[in-house]
Amino acid sequence: MNATLEADPALDIVIDVKNVSFYYGAHQALFNLNMRIPRRQCTAFIGPSGCGKSTFLRCINRMNDLIDGVRMEGSLLLDGMELNSPHVDVIALRRRVGMVFQKSNPFPKSIYENVIYGLRIAGVNNRSVLDETVERCLRKAALWDEVKDRLHDSALQLSGGQMQRLCIARSIAVNPEVILMDEPCSALDPRATSRVEDLIAELRQEYTIVIVTHNMQQAARVSDWTAFFFEGKLIEFGSTEQLFRKPVNQQTQDYITGRFG
Amino acid sequence: MKLPHHKLGDTRPAGETGVWLTSMGLSIGLFMVLALLGLILVNGIRVFWPKPVIRIELVPGSASIQRDQLIVGGIISSTRDRMIPQESGKAVEREWHIQVGNKDAYGQSFRYIAIDDAASTEFPIDAIVIERMEYGHAVGLPVALALPNGDRLEAGADDFDAALSRALIEVRKHRKELLKIEKKQIGRINHAMTRLRLAPGKLATPEGIEQQAALQAAYEKLAAEAARLRAELANGQLIIRLFTGEERGIPLGQVVHVHYPNRMTVREKVAFFLHGIRAFVADEPREANTEGGIFPAIFGTFVMTLLMSLAVMPFGILAAIYLREYARQGWFTRSVRISVNNLAGVPSIVFGVFGLGFFVYFTGGSIDQLFFSNALPTPTFGTGGILWAALTLALMTVPVVIVSTEEALAAVPRGTREGSLALGASKWQTIYRIVLPAAAPGIMTGLVLAMARGAGEVAPLMLVGVVKLAPTLPIDDLFPFIHLDRKFMHLGFHIYDLGFQSPDSDAARPMVFATTLFLIALVVVLNLGAIIIRERLRRKYATGAF
Repeated sequence: MNATLEADPALDIVIDVKNVSFYYGAHQALFNLNMRIPRRQCTAFIGPSGCGKSTFLRCINRMNDLIDGVRMEGSLLLDGMELNSPHVDVIALRRRVGMVFQKSNPFPKSIYENVIYGLRIAGVNNRSVLDETVERCLRKAALWDEVKDRLHDSALQLSGGQMQRLCIARSIAVNPEVILMDEPCSALDPRATSRVEDLIAELRQEYTIVIVTHNMQQAARVSDWTAFFFEGKLIEFGSTEQLFRKPVNQQTQDYITGRFG
Repeated sequence: MKLPHHKLGDTRPAGETGVWLTSMGLSIGLFMVLALLGLILVNGIRVFWPKPVIRIELVPGSASIQRDQLIVGGIISSTRDRMIPQESGKAVEREWHIQVGNKDAYGQSFRYIAIDDAASTEFPIDAIVIERMEYGHAVGLPVALALPNGDRLEAGADDFDAALSRALIEVRKHRKELLKIEKKQIGRINHAMTRLRLAPGKLATPEGIEQQAALQAAYEKLAAEAARLRAELANGQLIIRLFTGEERGIPLGQVVHVHYPNRMTVREKVAFFLHGIRAFVADEPREANTEGGIFPAIFGTFVMTLLMSLAVMPFGILAAIYLREYARQGWFTRSVRISVNNLAGVPSIVFGVFGLGFFVYFTGGSIDQLFFSNALPTPTFGTGGILWAALTLALMTVPVVIVSTEEALAAVPRGTREGSLALGASKWQTIYRIVLPAAAPGIMTGLVLAMARGAGEVAPLMLVGVVKLAPTLPIDDLFPFIHLDRKFMHLGFHIYDLGFQSPDSDAARPMVFATTLFLIALVVVLNLGAIIIRERLRRKYATGAF
């Protein structure tokens, strides 16, 4: 693959991907990926449907483990720790790598309980810690002012955009290093989308964000780095500005200008 | 070309025959259900409504005459048409089903009288119907009241009714006391004696002998008291004249309740109706179950269904969780699933036979050997009992719970589970904190179905512990309070017993309808309870806070 991120000694790399391939049974979904994802920046994955960007995203927190008959090859390092190993404590890994899904999936519980779910399962029951976490995370997710008077109402009564921001608040409550976002705005209206985008712009000051999106304007707006996937291969990876202004690869050029296929 | 144009609601588009076909299916189903429920409801409620007493003078020489008696009187139980085959086609004869009562005098309580055979009829205003402890009802005209203190009060006297009801209140008090002594206090002594006898070596010690003597003394005192009360109850008589002219005295101690159906106002009839229902629900059965109430059967059904639910819930839910969440989906889980579904189709009597062999003889027998060897050869758990009945029914209904729990688990969205796992929850934490609460309403639906099936089942129970008449309830105030080894009464079996095993089928028939009505009511109540819990869960877990 020709498109690895040029090693910049100034960049602090958090995820280092070396020759990762991925198989669903006999079907190969990812081909020999190599990429380095920098810390506290936002990296976007773009590409047509079925190109493997979501599959790769789910490799990072090992969510693909839930599917029977899958296999991963190569090396995926998180802060130097090998993730592609049977000895990895998946539960600890998922605490370090949070995830926000395409379809918002609040638990059928109160807003309060949704935010502190990660702490509850980790055994935190100190009321003041929990209260403080709820306020801090909801504030960070720009949701506090809208829900502070009904924290104990069901989360399922919120609007779609509020639910997605609640899911983001929920994932930052366990203080992860990396947040994976799988098309977080695809089910939201433009107004809610812009709120979530503002939020991502905020969060990348503190967290490493990896976002999968179909919306190229969104990738251009929120990300520092962009990777273009096609048919399971990483075609081009570079700074967002460079990739959208002067793509090196012809396929990338065709895709971002809409002349694809 | 002009397309055919339909104005809305103007013409019915072609192809809507499907509506008629499907609605026909629903209508037939609804009709059958409503007809059955209506029949049970009407007949069950009619049992408690007071019916008039008729006095009939028969046409001399007619076919309805028995023992040369031209006068017949009694309660009109129902009217029916009877087909009489004749040479020229069929003739229809209308006849009354008359409860003549006074079984001790007539030898039968019910007779059919052809309406055409009646020369004249009359509804005597003073006719009295007496519900008795034995021999069913007495019907006739009141003559006099002989009070226990020797006074005699003629029926026409002003204070006759007041004196009668005072006397009956006294009788009821005595009977209650007697019941308390005979059932409760003597029962308690018997219980203590049995425990003493079964305690190994206890009777050989001086202390044991002393205890036994004390119990024996207490028993004799109570028995004497009971005998005194009995004698008191034998005093006093209500004298009535039967429609055949004969006068009979009915000991006041035998009288349960009296009423004058022909002179009751609507208000009194309603009061009688409500009293009848209350007595039916709260009393114990008398006279081979054809009289009195069904309280032990209601209680037994209730306790057994509850025990069954307690047994079936954890097993069914755990099995379903493993099958759906943990087991690798393949041919093995598929065949397990098919087997479970087929288990639901096994005839219930087969479960009864299995319960008898496995629970009663094997498990119960082993328990007796290990823990109750003193009582042997009298079995304690090695015979039918409420525990074994509940477990047998739990086994029978476990497929229902497994299937509905699996469906409820499968309905929890994948995204919700992934959300939990992505936050670092383990699989069990996800199931316990997210999946089960979300599936709880569906699981409760399974329990409702299981309870409805279990409460109405009779065949297997006949093998594992149900009886026609149980002297004691499965739960009472004697240690250890819940007696899982006891035999019990059950509404479903009660219906079978009344309908097909009763010595007096005419007397039993109204009881069958009334008992059926209460079985249905009990199932509805149990289901409503489960549905209310389900709605609570739904609110709590789905839209409300917790």
